[in-house]
Amino acid sequence: MWTTTNQNKEQLSILHDRDVIICRNRIKEVAVKIGMGIVNQTKLITAVSELARNMLIYAGGGNVIVEVVARGREQGVKIVFEDKGPGIQDIAKAMQDGFTTGKSMGMGLPGAKRLVSEFNIESTVGKGTTIKIVKWKNG
Amino acid sequence: MTRNIVTALQENQDRILDQWVNQRELSEDFGGNFNSFDDLKAQSSELLTAVLENMTAENITDLYASDLEPLIEYVSGLTLSRAKQGFSPRETATYIFSLKDALLKVLGELITEDPKELYRSTLEISKFIDNIGIVSFETFIRGREEVILGQADEMAELSTPVIKVWEGIIAMPIIGTLDSARTQVVMENLLQGIVETESSIAILDISGVPAVDSLVAQHLIKTVNAIRLLGADCVISGIRPEIAQTVVHLGIDLSKMVTKATLASALRYAYGILQLEVRKAGKEKSNL
Repeated sequence: MWTTTNQNKEQLSILHDRDVIICRNRIKEVAVKIGMGIVNQTKLITAVSELARNMLIYAGGGNVIVEVVARGREQGVKIVFEDKGPGIQDIAKAMQDGFTTGKSMGMGLPGAKRLVSEFNIESTVGKGTTIKIVKWKNG
Repeated sequence: MTRNIVTALQENQDRILDQWVNQRELSEDFGGNFNSFDDLKAQSSELLTAVLENMTAENITDLYASDLEPLIEYVSGLTLSRAKQGFSPRETATYIFSLKDALLKVLGELITEDPKELYRSTLEISKFIDNIGIVSFETFIRGREEVILGQADEMAELSTPVIKVWEGIIAMPIIGTLDSARTQVVMENLLQGIVETESSIAILDISGVPAVDSLVAQHLIKTVNAIRLLGADCVISGIRPEIAQTVVHLGIDLSKMVTKATLASALRYAYGILQLEVRKAGKEKSNL
């Protein structure tokens, strides 16, 4: 686990199980700093937990980039999950509740989407997957 | 490096040793680390023997050669024993690196004719000793990592106590994240606890779990199912409001299990099942 801080951006690498927890704690700190409420904090770190673990299980790890963004006067946390894994063949299918190619419940991707304000997924088979999420302070 | 030079170094072992232990820096830096000069000399002699016995013209450039294993093992053992005595990794590494100075000095005296050969041999010996230093560092770090992993196991054990709350009721508070390894410990302890105390109700309190994601939920469902197989009931307590909202948004169905907000309400539910009643003692007395 290593981190690099560049102005407002912070990059964390997810390579082990424990990195998911470290990443989650770090994002919680950022959320607390911008004054996010406890419910939204919990929703955000749960979504992060799902997406970071997905990266670990299906792509063997990847990078998480955390950034504080603003929409007018409202602040939010933007997080980008980047991996160089096998990619997702059918994104529409992966976004369905209960669909999984692994042994999990298949709630990770669709659940994470419902927990955050903005959710964007791009994936190229054989190249990797990039997921961008934003959680607004009051969103 | 040619075989002749290796042999020459081996023949000059005593000179190298004298050179090594008599280095002023060495006695200043390490004199205090050993009980006596004899200790220093004995230890250094052992290490030097290990180096010179195992070093050959071939493996000096290949640290992973199988015939170097005894040396690597010796260095690892030396590092561990010094670490246990309280030496810092810097002290041990500097000690090993100081051998380089002694070796190179004697090497310079041995090769007087051929500067090219001296240069090549110097480089090789230098790299060889550096690699031994790295082995020492790696051993040190591995030792530390083992300690950390051991502590993590210990914490997992410590943080999952089974508490007998009442005749037939046990509770287990979970503090921290529920990962796969943790769930295994929780499940084992809880199932064992149910059998040992002949309990029919187990309360799993998750007040101390920071977030319930789909993996944690899956682990909880598995645990509850296992408890039901033993014929006992399981109540999950300590579901905080924000956790409830998150679980609903995540789309996880926990409606098949009994969940309560607090440990107190879980206990009340358990009393209800066991047909127990908790009353104030005062009223009872006044009635008498």
